[in-house]
Amino acid sequence: MNPVNYLYLSALLFTIGAAGVVIRRNAIVVFMCVELMLNAGNLALVTFSRMHGNLDGQIVAFFTMVVAAAEVVVGLAIIVSVYRSRHSASVDDAALMKL
Amino acid sequence: MESLIGLLVAAPLLGAAVLLCGGRIPQIDRTGHWLGTVLAFTSFVLGLVLFADMLGKDGEERALQSHLFTWVPVEGFQADAAFQLDQLSMTFVLLITGVGSLIHLYSVGYMEHDERRRRFFGYLNLFLAAMLLLVLADNFLLLYVGWEGVGLASYLLIGFWQHKPSAATAAKKAFIVNRVGDVGLSIAIMLMFVTFGTFAFEPVMNSVGETSEGKLTAIGLMLLLAACGKSAQVPLQSWLGDAMEGPTPVSALIHAATMVTAGVYLIVRSGAIFEAAPDAQLVVTIVGAVTLLFGAIVGCAKDDIKKALAGSTMSQIGYMVLAAGLGPIGYAFAIMHLVTHGFFKAGLFLGAGSVMHGMNDEVDMRKYGGLRKYMPVTFVTFGLGYLAIIGFPGLSGFFSKDAIIEAAFAKGGTQGWILGGAALLGAAITAYYMTRVMLMTFFGEKRWEPDANGEMPHPHESPRSMTIPMILLAVGSVGAGAFFDVGERFVHWLEPVTGFEHGHLPEGLSVAMVTGATVTCMVLGVAAAWLQYGRRPVPAAAPRGSLLTRAARRDLLQDDFNHVALVKPGEYLTRGLVYLDHKLVDGIVNGTAAAFGGLSGRMRRIQNGYARSYAVSMFGGAVVLIAATLLMRAV
Repeated sequence: MNPVNYLYLSALLFTIGAAGVVIRRNAIVVFMCVELMLNAGNLALVTFSRMHGNLDGQIVAFFTMVVAAAEVVVGLAIIVSVYRSRHSASVDDAALMKL
Repeated sequence: MESLIGLLVAAPLLGAAVLLCGGRIPQIDRTGHWLGTVLAFTSFVLGLVLFADMLGKDGEERALQSHLFTWVPVEGFQADAAFQLDQLSMTFVLLITGVGSLIHLYSVGYMEHDERRRRFFGYLNLFLAAMLLLVLADNFLLLYVGWEGVGLASYLLIGFWQHKPSAATAAKKAFIVNRVGDVGLSIAIMLMFVTFGTFAFEPVMNSVGETSEGKLTAIGLMLLLAACGKSAQVPLQSWLGDAMEGPTPVSALIHAATMVTAGVYLIVRSGAIFEAAPDAQLVVTIVGAVTLLFGAIVGCAKDDIKKALAGSTMSQIGYMVLAAGLGPIGYAFAIMHLVTHGFFKAGLFLGAGSVMHGMNDEVDMRKYGGLRKYMPVTFVTFGLGYLAIIGFPGLSGFFSKDAIIEAAFAKGGTQGWILGGAALLGAAITAYYMTRVMLMTFFGEKRWEPDANGEMPHPHESPRSMTIPMILLAVGSVGAGAFFDVGERFVHWLEPVTGFEHGHLPEGLSVAMVTGATVTCMVLGVAAAWLQYGRRPVPAAAPRGSLLTRAARRDLLQDDFNHVALVKPGEYLTRGLVYLDHKLVDGIVNGTAAAFGGLSGRMRRIQNGYARSYAVSMFGGAVVLIAATLLMRAV
């Protein structure tokens, strides 16, 4: 099977994720979309690794997973604490950082 | 012996430091005035010791050098803190410390009821120290330090009663006018450094011959400007009259021993420069002649006893500057008149202070009259000072002033006649205004009036600490001239430093004729004053007077002139600059700021706080970057 198809899939997933981040208001969903983008990136990296016949892409993919796991821990904690204090998980409600 | 020179300056400086810094200590506050007086006398005694030592040597070997330390050790710029004590400095040291000590003693009585007496003595000591530094320095830079010190001390003392706005203004005026002169001195020093590569007296004077006359004229004129500032000569004379706002001992100190004599010292000390620059020398004599008439005319019209005496100081210093401008035929007489003037002017001012002390601080002579019976000691000492200043034959002013008038005639040519004539006319006017002061104060009927609190004055003789200095100064006023004149003692004393030539009177004039003319002028002046103020009663309110009288009352319009010629243009200039600053400079700065402010006001709308909108910009940016990268690769 042509590995380029994986790249198309990756681009599709990334676009879905990016659109989700921009469009959705629920912080959890936005968070999931970010994960989707990260994993789309991982897929592209693994595909390139396969196409070029070396392991560099796979190694970077591992790094991405580790970083994503750490990000989930911190990010979810923030979302939970924001929800507890404001009783809302909408990203638009947390719009205080403006002039 | 050399090490004593430093102590001479150090003693009053120590007094100033202790009195001004240790003021919170009650013991110092209570007895500080005696400390100041003792240190002034210490300095005088040191001066006498050095004087005795100096007399033991031959004329040429009398100068002492004392190197303290190298002040600014830089390649090509050596400034030393070094003292030089020659006959000229010695004369000044004795005058400054001698008269200064007597004034200290007098102030003990005069300032008895002033709660800031300690500070007053601290300033007096500072004044002495600065003046001693000025006359003992062996280079122009150290002299400049003393010069500024004198300016500072005079500012502090003139404005001593700073609760009076007039005193505060007078102090500022004195300081600012002096600054104008100081600029002259600093320019002169810079010119000297550029021209000669040094500013120590001896190398500068020795290398005068190798320099172009134009440069020397420039240096000379700048030195003259400096001298005009300190010595209150036209055109920088306006501060002297107002300086009377200070306590009377201060006036005596400024007018007799310190401050105004500094200018004469500077000119005589830089004599070699002036001799090599005849144009500058001519300007010096003109300034002297103009000032001696100017001061004398102002002195005639003043009803304030201290201001009349201030006019007289200006005039007498004019004589000295005139003599100093005559070259070697005049230097010695300039200094001799300076010393005799130091005696009688200090005596006159202390006498005036004593009169004011007895008359509830009244200064208007029209409210005096008939005081000779009530203040006999003051009357006699003031009277002797009066006879000395008008040049009564046999008293000290006669010898020194007559010598200057002779030297002025001896300059020769038309210049000699004009300068000599001015000096003679000055002698007549001096006799007139001093007789006027004398008659209005001590003779005639009583014109006393109650003071501001409604109290009639009860004139009484002043305490011993005030009369003793007056008596000692009167002795000097009587005897100093004859003492100096016998066998030309004073001239020979100064000759190794300043040089001396006998002036030759022009054809058809003899010494006896000049002396006769001087005495005649004096008698005419006295007679005119007697006709006006002695023979008939003095009106209690000043009559309107002629145009000249009214102008002279306003110091011959000097302040009006300064106002129109300097203050007004200065005001217009500042106003113009302020306008320019507001409109142009501020316009550019504020305009730039406003432009950025407006821009950022629009830019900040992007910052709306919605995370999603930030995400859009981020994605947009990423897309643009990628597009650009791809585009670049495609090209």
